Amino acid sequence: MSDTQTAAPVLEITNLSVELPKGTDRRYAVDEVSITVAPHEIVCLVGESGSGKSVTAHSVMGLLPKGQLTPVAGTIRLHGEDLLTVSDDRLRELRGARMSMIFQEPMTALNPTMTCSDQIEEVLITHTDLGMTERRQRILDILELVHLPDPPRMAASYPHQLSGGQRKRIMIAMALVLEPSLLIADEPTTALDVTTQAQILKLIKEIQQTHDTGVLFITHDFGVVAEIADRVAVMQWGKIVEQGDAKTVLRNPQHAYTRMLIGAVPSFTPIDRPRDPKAAVVLKTLGLSKTYTGGTFLRRAAGVRAADDVNIEVRKGETLGIVGESGSGKSTVARCIARLIDPTSGAVLLDGDDIARAPSRQLRKLRRRVQIIFQDPYRSLNPRRPVGESIIEGPTNYGTSRADATERARQLMALVRLDPESLDRYPHQFSGGQRQRICIARALAMGPDLLIADEAVSALDVSVQAQVLDLLDDIRRRLDLAMLFITHDLRVAAQVCDTVAVMHRGKVVEYGPAHSVFADPQDDYTRSLFAAAPGRGFAFGAGALTASPDATA
Amino acid sequence: MFGFIVNRLIATIPVLGMVAIFVFLMLRLTPGDPAAVLAGDNGTPQQIAEIREALGLNEPIPVQLGIWFSNLLQGDFGQSYFFKKDVTELILLRVGPTVALATTTLIITIIVAIPLGIIAAYLHGTWIDRGVMAFSVAGFSIPVFVLGYILVYLFALEIKLFPVQGYKPLADGFWPFIHHLVLPSITLSVIYIALIARITRASVLEILNEDYIRTAYAKGLKPTKVLMKHALRNAAVPIVTVIGIGIALLIGGVVVTESVFNIPGLGRLTVDAVLGRDYPTIQAVIIVFSFVYVLINLLIDLSYSLLDPRIRY
Amino acid sequence: MTESTHNLVDSAASADASARKATLWQQLLRNPSVLIGASILALMVMMSLLAPVLGTMDPSEINPAWRNKHPGFEHLKTFADGSEAQWSYRLGTDTLGRDTYSRVIYGAQVSLAVGLIVAVLSIAIGLTIGLVSGYIRWLDAIVMRVMDGLMAIPGILLAIALVSLSSAGLGTVILAITIPEIPRVVRLVRAIVLSIREEPYVEAAISVGTSLPLILIRHVLPNTIAPLIVQGTYICASAILVEAILSFLGVGIPPEIPTWGNIMAEGRVLFRLFPHNILYPGIFLAITVLAVNMLGDGLRDTLDPRMRERI
Repeated sequence: MSDTQTAAPVLEITNLSVELPKGTDRRYAVDEVSITVAPHEIVCLVGESGSGKSVTAHSVMGLLPKGQLTPVAGTIRLHGEDLLTVSDDRLRELRGARMSMIFQEPMTALNPTMTCSDQIEEVLITHTDLGMTERRQRILDILELVHLPDPPRMAASYPHQLSGGQRKRIMIAMALVLEPSLLIADEPTTALDVTTQAQILKLIKEIQQTHDTGVLFITHDFGVVAEIADRVAVMQWGKIVEQGDAKTVLRNPQHAYTRMLIGAVPSFTPIDRPRDPKAAVVLKTLGLSKTYTGGTFLRRAAGVRAADDVNIEVRKGETLGIVGESGSGKSTVARCIARLIDPTSGAVLLDGDDIARAPSRQLRKLRRRVQIIFQDPYRSLNPRRPVGESIIEGPTNYGTSRADATERARQLMALVRLDPESLDRYPHQFSGGQRQRICIARALAMGPDLLIADEAVSALDVSVQAQVLDLLDDIRRRLDLAMLFITHDLRVAAQVCDTVAVMHRGKVVEYGPAHSVFADPQDDYTRSLFAAAPGRGFAFGAGALTASPDATA
Repeated sequence: MFGFIVNRLIATIPVLGMVAIFVFLMLRLTPGDPAAVLAGDNGTPQQIAEIREALGLNEPIPVQLGIWFSNLLQGDFGQSYFFKKDVTELILLRVGPTVALATTTLIITIIVAIPLGIIAAYLHGTWIDRGVMAFSVAGFSIPVFVLGYILVYLFALEIKLFPVQGYKPLADGFWPFIHHLVLPSITLSVIYIALIARITRASVLEILNEDYIRTAYAKGLKPTKVLMKHALRNAAVPIVTVIGIGIALLIGGVVVTESVFNIPGLGRLTVDAVLGRDYPTIQAVIIVFSFVYVLINLLIDLSYSLLDPRIRY
Repeated sequence: MTESTHNLVDSAASADASARKATLWQQLLRNPSVLIGASILALMVMMSLLAPVLGTMDPSEINPAWRNKHPGFEHLKTFADGSEAQWSYRLGTDTLGRDTYSRVIYGAQVSLAVGLIVAVLSIAIGLTIGLVSGYIRWLDAIVMRVMDGLMAIPGILLAIALVSLSSAGLGTVILAITIPEIPRVVRLVRAIVLSIREEPYVEAAISVGTSLPLILIRHVLPNTIAPLIVQGTYICASAILVEAILSFLGVGIPPEIPTWGNIMAEGRVLFRLFPHNILYPGIFLAITVLAVNMLGDGLRDTLDPRMRERI
């Protein structure tokens, strides 16, 4: 650690300011930011959406959109050479060779019409004079280095033939093939499942240690920071509010914003509420299965069992969390229970009534009892209708008068901690977190017995996420609701669930009270899932935070 | 791959069947005696009786459809009472000029339109881009026949560079053949160029927004290289699709252009048949043009798997 | 690079940009394409409505004595009321001695009417079919096969064939031009229905018990309006062109009615000597279609920026 700090920095950003186009809400996307990255060091740039962290990264690569974002002050020095003043040709020479970047989107960041080896080879052709056989060898070597199985086959593959994690490795291979001294990673693991994320983080750390690479790592996730960072810089509104050694910042954050962010990260230790064993069972599924049949006229593909013999129950006043990675079938289960899709077999009992098989007239009555909140706050409200209309739509469908429904909507707005007078505003006038509250109000307007939250906080920034989680918990308690909470995030699950069902490939592999599942997982898959959670060794949450500032101050 | 081809072939059958049924119903569902209609305004009672017999017009409609269909499958479109000939023979006689005109038009279009679209996309927002777009809107708006006459007026009457009208088959020599085709092909290609240039520009622009284009820049590639190597290949599928859809435009244009330039092709035949109320010929021409259109688009569908590795069945 | 960079700008400036957005009208009035297109179109409409007072004579009046005159020809003309005046054939006469200027001015009436009626008809029919079949699975399969079949016949060809079936007349021509346009509208509407029904807000409406017809009217229909207005202008432009082509080929509106296509059909025979009978109506036709297309492009850019280039 000590010798890396004395070495000449790879990257030295000094007082960088980047101007936003006219008409936006603030003048600078990046405001007098200074960061250095030494060789052999991982610097994490952390912040919520809109903090300017990605703009900073793109400025270094010279990839800012022309005419929209312009660096107006400061210097960016790569080994002492100011990237803001070099010629375009020189910048191109440096890109891919001395500095390279990996992007967030594993699906779209690779060219779908070129094989992986062609895409890596392009870097070699552009920056070196290597012959064909040498290039071939370099490609196979680098694929080996990023631990891809069967490098010759991987090289010949097209991106769509690979998994998300494998694509990410190809991206990393492409970025590192010329051994750049600076690697910029822009949210490189955000779109990945937690087990894949853990592997990629390990890979970046490993390569960075064996080569003398300095890494500027952009993330919003303090779990990842705890896992990988040597140093941390926290950004808010284009400014760096706190910068320092990773352990120090995490344990002893000085700035109020940093403390708020770290405090908002849910703790991995599950809550342990007393449960009432005599509470009524609101939802019970019996052998719930959903098979998607595919195939074409000539070839009948084997069906995909998205949900396979799922048996779960939720009692009044309790929250059941369904946890799993993408494709595990957790959302399919939620949608079957809300009868947005028809289950292939099995029963979904709501207080004894089977919603899975209900004919349309009975279904209409049953729908009132189950309400669902979706992931994407920007698409769950009709953008053309005032939010009040969305909230009263359900009750008026069932014969409530507009006046009564509107009065109820005002009460609900207050309940979800929004201004009751804003019913006639449109969705775009609210922030993501506020829209999610409106969706909660819409669901509650139906007076449901069971509330399903399908990844309802996944798209929100961590501080907003904490507020919405708090609200959901408060409502569950006040209205004595049964809640089904679908999430990929184990920390979130730990904070809201009484019971947890872990799903893997359509099956429930582990099911039990949250505290026992978290403390002593029985299934191998559950164990690997828990082991992969970033920053699990670090105690986050409100408890960790209140201790720190006073203890050191 | 083989399965994909078979699937696509099977998928075209209902479309072609639907076309055939439309063409069949067009006559049967209009008021009046189809036999009399088929025979045309100059049909003799004897001819009408013959048609009645040949089409089984006394049978119920589904049986008639069956008879018509089986004749169709044997390539028998019936007799033209206007031209006094087998319609099949008539079509074979007229197909040459149309194929020649369509081919030269297609070549001109692709050579001009695709580079134009790429340049416009690359110089997005500049006056060159705006110029290409303006040309494209204008190309859509000027009627084929007006353009044809303007070109004839300028390049055949004022400056006597090209013949005013007519067609020379390839058998008469390559030069006369091309010399007669230049004006009609340019006339016909303008609207098609407008369409393809526009879609090329739009597709390339859309691809330039993709994440992998940013990746390519991050690798240190030159903008021209990014454009030609990464953007164009990925933009190919929508471009080729529109080239296929544009064939419909081309066929419509052929009908008009052949009339303006007096080219004895299928388009001219269509107009003559309609003016002479020669229904067997009208039916046949529609079926031939539609089948060609569907088949070209089938071939284009099949080419997707070559253009885009994600499309493999 | 605009899209990915938009994300960058958006995420950098997280606050609400739409609050400062100009109103739709302001945006439309700022778009040069809309302005130019709409102005030219307004002029054309005024011209066609005011035809009788724009120094025209009866466009069908045959005058064998003054056949095939070049533009600018003048003579002393006796009117129906017996008065006499020096009359200028500004755009010449045709083979029957009819005044080309008057015919061109009156011809605008037919062209504009055909364009408007075809656009409204095909949108209305296509919207109904598309909305209903987008939601009823079994019907959808049948409707789409029929539409595929219709789309497989090149539009002008289908129109020509349809016209040939019955006696020529304005109604027949309008119907013959409308039918080939319908499948395109159906496909557009259906594509919108299919994408909107996957939207979480539609799923939310289902789960609060909103009935299917209400979902279509409340949540789906409003999303079709902007694309249909745009599509409608393109259909209008194409209908004006197709009507002219049909008339030009002699299979369209009866030759005694003055339409741009008919004037040009008439002028074909003596084109070498008297090109004005094709050039002048041709110029009017091209300018009108251009205006409608420009209006369409401008509307698309402002109302529906995400819509793909038209096909």
